Amino acid sequence: MNAVIDIFASAGLWAAVLRIATPLILGTLGALLCERSGVLNLGIEGIMTFGAMIGWLTVYNGADLWTGILVAGLSGGIFGLLHAGLTVTLGLSQHVSGLGVTLFASSFSYYVFRLLVPVAGTPPTIEPFQPIDVPVLSSLPFLGPALFTQTPPTYAAILLALALGYVLFRTPLGLAIRMTGENPHAAEAQGINPMAVRYGSVVVGSALMGIGGAFLTLSAFNSFFPTMVQGRGWICIALVVFASWRPGRALVGALLFALFDGFQLRLQTRLSGVVPYQIFLMIPYLLSIAALALMARRARVPQALMQPYRRGER
Amino acid sequence: MRFERREHRSLALVIATPVLAILCALALAGLLIAIAGAPVMEAYWRILVGAFGSRLSATETLTRASPLILTGLAAAVAFRARLWNIGAEGQFYLGAIAVAAASSHLFGGLPSPLQIPLLLVVGAAAGIVLLLVPLWLRLRFSVDEVVTTLLLNFVAVLFVSMLIDGPLKDPMGFGWPQSQPVADAAVLPKLFARSRLHVGLMIALVLAVAVHLVQSRTVFGMQSRAAGLNPAGAVFAGVPLGRTLVTVACVSGGLAGLAGAIEVMGVQGYVTTDLSPGYGYSGIVVAMLANLHPLGVVLAALFTAVMFVGADGMSRSMGIPSYIADVTVALSLISMLTGVFFTQYRIRR
Repeated sequence: MNAVIDIFASAGLWAAVLRIATPLILGTLGALLCERSGVLNLGIEGIMTFGAMIGWLTVYNGADLWTGILVAGLSGGIFGLLHAGLTVTLGLSQHVSGLGVTLFASSFSYYVFRLLVPVAGTPPTIEPFQPIDVPVLSSLPFLGPALFTQTPPTYAAILLALALGYVLFRTPLGLAIRMTGENPHAAEAQGINPMAVRYGSVVVGSALMGIGGAFLTLSAFNSFFPTMVQGRGWICIALVVFASWRPGRALVGALLFALFDGFQLRLQTRLSGVVPYQIFLMIPYLLSIAALALMARRARVPQALMQPYRRGER
Repeated sequence: MRFERREHRSLALVIATPVLAILCALALAGLLIAIAGAPVMEAYWRILVGAFGSRLSATETLTRASPLILTGLAAAVAFRARLWNIGAEGQFYLGAIAVAAASSHLFGGLPSPLQIPLLLVVGAAAGIVLLLVPLWLRLRFSVDEVVTTLLLNFVAVLFVSMLIDGPLKDPMGFGWPQSQPVADAAVLPKLFARSRLHVGLMIALVLAVAVHLVQSRTVFGMQSRAAGLNPAGAVFAGVPLGRTLVTVACVSGGLAGLAGAIEVMGVQGYVTTDLSPGYGYSGIVVAMLANLHPLGVVLAALFTAVMFVGADGMSRSMGIPSYIADVTVALSLISMLTGVFFTQYRIRR
């Protein structure tokens, strides 16, 4: 029991929570935006992988870190365009199209990486984002090292969650997006172009996913290796349901999730040899499934989610 | 420009679609090979040679195709009924480890004719169990099974990793995390001497025909299709939706588990966490390329196996990353989806 208290009392845990949460926050917000407009984007896992790869590669080739983030976002947007083409214009099954995008984006990432980066014993590294000091706040006892020793993208991700919440629920654009996700026919009757709204949401949402992936290689770690996304994309899809499609709750959900994850990582080192480490690694996935089972009935799904919209067709 | 639903689909168009989709994927992948600075036609030639050039490579391609037929069937059966089983990868691993455990601890002493069928059942059962969990979650809590089956893939591989590093670890494995080997009597007979090709291929082919007959000739086949096409309408017509989905899950999960079983019993003999180079995920592409038709699955699995085995050889001699095979397979899925759309719709101005 003392061990548990020790873990929670260490500033390191809370700093790690924010770090673990950042890619989940970005990915969940991206998936949430897509789904609010009525498109399930299962391309997320592959888009995050590609973002992680291309962001890293950009910086490895001499560009600065923010350019890496930008390139990751742009490439995510391009994959979003592909997904939107398949699901919005053609109205294909969103499940299968998304999986197709994931398979393509991840294998394409590995191909490009293998082609441009020679095989080496230790993977090449870059100089990642450094924690920045927030004036006054960072020097607070405990709270300083716990919460205010993060890299810039982490702060940006948290602000983004609030911004997306504002856009979705306080602006005409947000209303248009939510309306398209609930009833595209009604949206069209209001003079909104549901196709354009869905395209925009999927492209921007996918860009966020790409940035979420880039955080892994540009801030959390400093190198890229295949399978590094490790199902984070799927966890984001689960978090969207857990958050009942609300950005604020998505932020809370991702942080809660990261708290469990950071806690199990620390418990793992203390219990090594007693409990197999694989048990701990399973926890995030099992937790996501439990969260889905808990929330699926209660959550209010966007009513037109996964329904293709064709003009004049019911 | 708008799309208009076609009144009827010509058979020629339906058959031509996968061929065109694959050609389109090959052309796009060719672009990637060209960008990498390699001669495209030679690369494709080497892929063909790598897959069929010798007796060894041809049998190797068929060995690769065997589990792909089974995971492809697993996806095809489930998708027909709109049961989105994306968990074939996990079911594959669970089937494999169940077989290794059962052979080394339970049935190791039994003679082949008894042990092999028993182990195949054990492998299938393990796959079924893993798929019934997400199906239960869907029926009980209406949880989308896509995400749960995907997440369970990671859990299954970690579970296998735990077992082969713990209770099932091979003491003779020089410390490597690998499972105890299956008993000698559990090894599937080879189809040809001096090759890895085993009777698993025959099992897969027989099952493809069996699934086709069940889907086209039985009440259950009709009910599972109805459940996929229009669940509400199916219930109205008296189809027991829950029971149909459970049966579909048993067939689908069982096929994926069986794929793991034959891979352990026929090829590797023991389980590691790299037993499958993504057979479960490739199975989804195989099923879609076949347009969910069980006999088409055999051809689509063959194409996928050719790409994987051929690209291995080509990559060694030309320095193009063998991931080009995965890229081509993924691209063929996307082109196939687009192609199928245009068999159903035409463009009108």
